[in-house]
Amino acid sequence: MAEKVLMKGNEAVAEAAIRAGCRLYFAYPITPQSELIEYMSKMMPKVDGVFVQAESEIAAINMVYGASGCGRRAMTSSSSPGISLKMEGISYLAGANLPAVIVNVQRGGPGLGDIQPAQGDYFQATKGGGHGDYRLIVLAPSTVQEFADMADLAFDLGDKYRNPVMILSDGLLGQMMEPVEFKPYKTEEELKQLDEQHFDWCMHSNEDEPNHHHHEINSLEIDPLVLEQHVIKLGKKYDLIEKNEIKFEEYNISDENDVIVVAFGTAARIAKSAIDELQEVGKSVGMIRPITVWPYPYEAISNVLHYKVKKVVVCELNLGQMVEDVRLAVNGKIPVEFLGKVGGILFTPDEIKAKILDK
Amino acid sequence: MEIIAQRPKSLTDIQFTYCPGCTHGISHRLIAEAIDELEMRNQMMGIAPVGCSVFAYKFFNFDMAEAAHGRAPAVATGMKRARPDMHVFTYQGDGDLAAIGTAEIIHAANRGENITVFFVNNAIYGMTGGQMAPTTLPGMKTSTSPYGRDEKDIGYPIQACELINSLRAPYFIERVSLLSPQDILKAKKVVKKALQFNKEERGFTFVEFVSTCPTNWGLAPVAALKWAKENMLPFFPIANFRDRSLEGGE
Repeated sequence: MAEKVLMKGNEAVAEAAIRAGCRLYFAYPITPQSELIEYMSKMMPKVDGVFVQAESEIAAINMVYGASGCGRRAMTSSSSPGISLKMEGISYLAGANLPAVIVNVQRGGPGLGDIQPAQGDYFQATKGGGHGDYRLIVLAPSTVQEFADMADLAFDLGDKYRNPVMILSDGLLGQMMEPVEFKPYKTEEELKQLDEQHFDWCMHSNEDEPNHHHHEINSLEIDPLVLEQHVIKLGKKYDLIEKNEIKFEEYNISDENDVIVVAFGTAARIAKSAIDELQEVGKSVGMIRPITVWPYPYEAISNVLHYKVKKVVVCELNLGQMVEDVRLAVNGKIPVEFLGKVGGILFTPDEIKAKILDK
Repeated sequence: MEIIAQRPKSLTDIQFTYCPGCTHGISHRLIAEAIDELEMRNQMMGIAPVGCSVFAYKFFNFDMAEAAHGRAPAVATGMKRARPDMHVFTYQGDGDLAAIGTAEIIHAANRGENITVFFVNNAIYGMTGGQMAPTTLPGMKTSTSPYGRDEKDIGYPIQACELINSLRAPYFIERVSLLSPQDILKAKKVVKKALQFNKEERGFTFVEFVSTCPTNWGLAPVAALKWAKENMLPFFPIANFRDRSLEGGE
């Protein structure tokens, strides 16, 4: 078994991305993700990789577009206000069927907000953000280990579906240190194979493959009938992702549950403590923790609503965003209550317990 | 039979979408001819902008990317950094490069990215129907400056070569004109020189084409050429601004 190292989430995801074969990283500094860009600036030269501190988040995501268009694993990262700037590029990546990994170390908003952890970008990440009909695969870690593991998963999913993937983290997971175990670095041979598997669509040299034909990286289809087919095809891809890639964790789920909590990321960490404490005093509460927040685990939630469950409690570090998806899953069968915390402030396990116990 | 003229290999056989008398076709051809002559086609990648030349990705016969408005130099940075063995150019209009993409062009130039930027300056937004551009001349009427560009209200035209020439990193900067056969022949040499430097990885190279837009200027093609000579060239003089290959210590 590999050695465990104590690392900040921001550094761990950077290291894991490099191990996953990311050799091109473009970003602009912003708190609370600065350790990520700093780690990349230090490590990329050591692996013959590319690090460019871009002039803006807009430029950074467009550099990713160019690098990904050449079939290479490319990544950018930022925090909420910077992610807003990347939305143009994310829409273009999606429209051009390009894989890319975007890390959002969320902070309080709207506007400049603050630099504390928050989950206020859920709507932006999962419902659009950029223009047009597109979907972003969105992974929500709740530990530093999971944050790191998601780098590998994000690149694989991006390649599998030729779609941008966001890791929706937050300032807590970015800044906190936890023990992490890394996968080994991809070998040169594996990296070469990753590149070559993109040759059927990416831009490259006429000499890279026999019978090379003209490749275009493009999201423009000026003919409505052609664009219609293009968007329908994207829709089919999104259907496939929803069918195959939903991930969630069931925590303390049992026939004895009379309340179900739904929470993701940092909020789910805190909810776990509340659930454990309640279990000790004989109150059985289960939790569904979406790991992919798009595609969303609607069925996983509706499946645990047996006759004993009186209500669902949704805990988020925002004014209530994912709760809308939970209501869709519950479909009016039982009450869905919401506990939110905003301003970059975390709730305590006691606050969650009080909500569960109606106190 | 001897072939004395044919389409450059670096152009596909797709028909251009440009208006009669537009100079985009000429600048496309000059670039394509130079790429053929320098035998760069197999290692070439280009980036089309947003604007009239948005379909340039269909016209050039090698792999191409279509960039968001103004972002071509950032996309080019990603492409060149991903494939340092390939040659990369962007093709951008005045709105694209000198308005919405000002940050991207300045910083790509300032990093000295090993790319060539072809800048088409016709002092107007062509594709969207003739609105004022960052290079629209003082007093010039457009669909969004119906009383003429008032430089006291909206500022003077941006001179891109002069702006880029204030940076240390760029290797080659030249403005050419497509307004007469003689100028076009000179422009060809400049395009080829920039691409030669690109091939030799010498750094950032920039070529501005003083061009026309007969449709949106409301002039016949020949009258547009004459108007441009009289009005554009005094503000956008044909000149080499920088050629590091001529400096000592090469």
